Amino acid sequence: MSAITDPPKGGFQLSQLIYDTRYRSLTIQIVALVLFLVGVGWLLNNAAQNLAALGKPLGFGFLGEAAGYDINQKLIEYNNQMSHGRAALVGVMNTLLVAVLGCIIATVLGVVIGVLRLSNNWIVARIMTFYIEMFRNVPVLLWIVLMMAIFIENLPAPRAFRGDDATASMYLGDAVAFTNRGFYFPKPDMFAGSMFVVIVFLLSIVGVFFFRRWSRKRQEATGEILPNFWITLGILIVPALVIYLILGRPIGLELPELKGFNFQGGIYMRNSLIALTLALALYTAAFIAEIVRAGIMAINKGQSEAAFALGLRPNRTMSLIILPQALRVIIPPLISNYLNLTKNSSLAIAVGYMDITGTLGGITLNQTGREMECLLILMAIYLAISLTISTIMNWYNESVKLRER
Amino acid sequence: MSNISYVRTEMLPEQVPPNSAPGPIKWMLENLFNGVINSILTIASIFFLWYVLAGILPWIWNGSWTAGSLKECRELIAAAAGDDAGHHGAACWAVIRERYLQLIYGFYPAELYWRPNLAFILMLVALAPILFNSLPRKMLWFSAVYPFVAFWLLWGGTLWLPIMIIAGFVLGYLAFAILGKALGSLVGVIAAILVPLIWWFGFAGLMTGLFSSAIPLALEPVESAKFGGFMLSIIIGVTGIVLSLPLGILLALGRQTNLFIVKTLCVGFIEFIRGVPLITLLFVASTLLNYFLPPGTTFDIILRVVIMVTLFAAAYMAETIRGGLAALPTGQYEAADALGLDYWKATRLIIMPQALKISIPGIVSNFIGLFKDSVLVSIIGLMDPIGLTNNIRADANWNGIVWELYGFIALMFFIVCFSMSRYSMYLERKLKTGH
Repeated sequence: MSAITDPPKGGFQLSQLIYDTRYRSLTIQIVALVLFLVGVGWLLNNAAQNLAALGKPLGFGFLGEAAGYDINQKLIEYNNQMSHGRAALVGVMNTLLVAVLGCIIATVLGVVIGVLRLSNNWIVARIMTFYIEMFRNVPVLLWIVLMMAIFIENLPAPRAFRGDDATASMYLGDAVAFTNRGFYFPKPDMFAGSMFVVIVFLLSIVGVFFFRRWSRKRQEATGEILPNFWITLGILIVPALVIYLILGRPIGLELPELKGFNFQGGIYMRNSLIALTLALALYTAAFIAEIVRAGIMAINKGQSEAAFALGLRPNRTMSLIILPQALRVIIPPLISNYLNLTKNSSLAIAVGYMDITGTLGGITLNQTGREMECLLILMAIYLAISLTISTIMNWYNESVKLRER
Repeated sequence: MSNISYVRTEMLPEQVPPNSAPGPIKWMLENLFNGVINSILTIASIFFLWYVLAGILPWIWNGSWTAGSLKECRELIAAAAGDDAGHHGAACWAVIRERYLQLIYGFYPAELYWRPNLAFILMLVALAPILFNSLPRKMLWFSAVYPFVAFWLLWGGTLWLPIMIIAGFVLGYLAFAILGKALGSLVGVIAAILVPLIWWFGFAGLMTGLFSSAIPLALEPVESAKFGGFMLSIIIGVTGIVLSLPLGILLALGRQTNLFIVKTLCVGFIEFIRGVPLITLLFVASTLLNYFLPPGTTFDIILRVVIMVTLFAAAYMAETIRGGLAALPTGQYEAADALGLDYWKATRLIIMPQALKISIPGIVSNFIGLFKDSVLVSIIGLMDPIGLTNNIRADANWNGIVWELYGFIALMFFIVCFSMSRYSMYLERKLKTGH
């Protein structure tokens, strides 16, 4: 029982493997390893036997065969003559699309709601509390199907836009249409010369970076603060706008148009995509709001009082004193919520959005009957996405961490 | 004394007392209308609330509870509203009245409803001593036996099967007590693991057959395909919760230990499970798990799902508990060592009680997450509440009904999960030993 062992008397005895603390850990580990290997070997052996009995030995050749099914929401070129592998790639892109859009919306909403929940205003704080409790305590799958139902039941069908007695109308000057099949947005049309506008815009982004550096140096030297926000906005917009007008408007908008029974042109987002993204974002925002609230509350009140004593305005106190410190508390749980959102996007299958679970784990799996291979790849892909996100975010976390002496 | 010029000679007039009178007006001035922006926010929120409530409350309140189909219900509502367009203006709660039994029990035979009911009540009895410390400790014995009772009540079949399984545990304990005393604790532990396994795989089936043919203590068996609704969610959720906690503790300890191989195995398992979505694991349960077992083995889909859900929840639980272990001051470990406690004693008496207390909020939110995740089984075709909504809509009478069903299910989940989170707050307050 004691942690201190007597020096061995005489030679090595077999019982020392168990009773001598110097060897015991080794014994335990070897036993654990052997048991683990035996267990895995048993499972793999069973799997090999079962697969052989079914006549489908492990192989990934099916990924090269023609998929034969269509995917209606895609970011890269795809048609049903392309391979299952290509379909899986389309699925991965769709998963990433939902994850990125969802994370952005969830973060914005979550921060706003979290801050508003701390508001002095009683009624606003109550509404935000209600929002958070409502979304956190109901399964996300229910929110997804509910959101989908809202879009299908409440939005007009494309034919409602037709004719003189149309019951539905497009918004923003006939640019945006919300239908029960999906949303149509204008799509930028690139004409000759549009490259210049894009290049100028990219250059102004670089310009903003340099302006910010110069402005900070100037502030440190003289103490004067420039209206940074407006100048930044000006640098971003004005040169690109000028070039755009000089070159004679080389970028146009392709508006969605009603042709026959459906809209043509523009960017088409299926309502499964929108419903999934929105539901995931609203759900995750409730969690992020709590994290943000906890992060802000974790900062000592003395910090904001000290900032006020120095004469900083409330918004500068927030951006210079509170947020940089709160971020250190906020970021680690934020990472795990991003990961959760990405993993929850696999529920797309419930609303028929073709993400990786819908293509590889759904139709490809059912068509080829290769459960083992499909699920292995599926898990590997999710694992890779998760590990990548957590690596990137941990690296960011490392960079904002408090440097202790 | 008369020329002390800095001393005031006349009394100042009394000032109006500061407005410290408590009251609704003052409260509103302080909390709702202090400043321009706050006033605008308040008015905007009140308008928003009015807008939402004016839309939803009449819809809920004017709902029809009596109709026999969606069409009839819409007609009733339109007649009540007085215009034809108003038929979407109120809810058709009749679907809940007609189908609530199905939403609760799935396709469980109606004449056997008393069994899940009894199991549920007994579950509350079994949970009570765990949740509330003030109850007599002897009740814990019932909690220990309860899983077997519940299994027997829900699935039916012979009573001898659960008894034989319990007998395995009893044999294991006896082996540990007798052999451990005679031949040392290590032999005892090995015997405590081996004896029950030999019993379950070698003799239990035989003995069950023998006893049940002699004294048939059996309930009518109910197959898993008939399970559904909230009953299924509760079964999966509660089993997952009960099993994932001990497994999670073991994994967390494994991750914290300095035994390299054990640690690597635990880290690998935890990171793998946390890296993939639950739905892929459920796919594994529904299509793949049978491949990994000896040819010809088939076992119950609910059991397969519970295994996967448990593994999934255990990985998250392990991370939560690891957080608690890490938050414990090193002095606690050192003090336990200084007292001469061995690893398991120190863990059981010193480390775990404190680490678990720290991680209560995380553990409970894991429980809530697990319970919410139990609806995912609808994707692999089990009849949980969300799966049942499709089933109900397939009925010609209720084709097209959406909001009422989702609203009802959401409300049920909200009640359960919200009470769990409130209980965790109560527990935190009760276990707080600081100032």
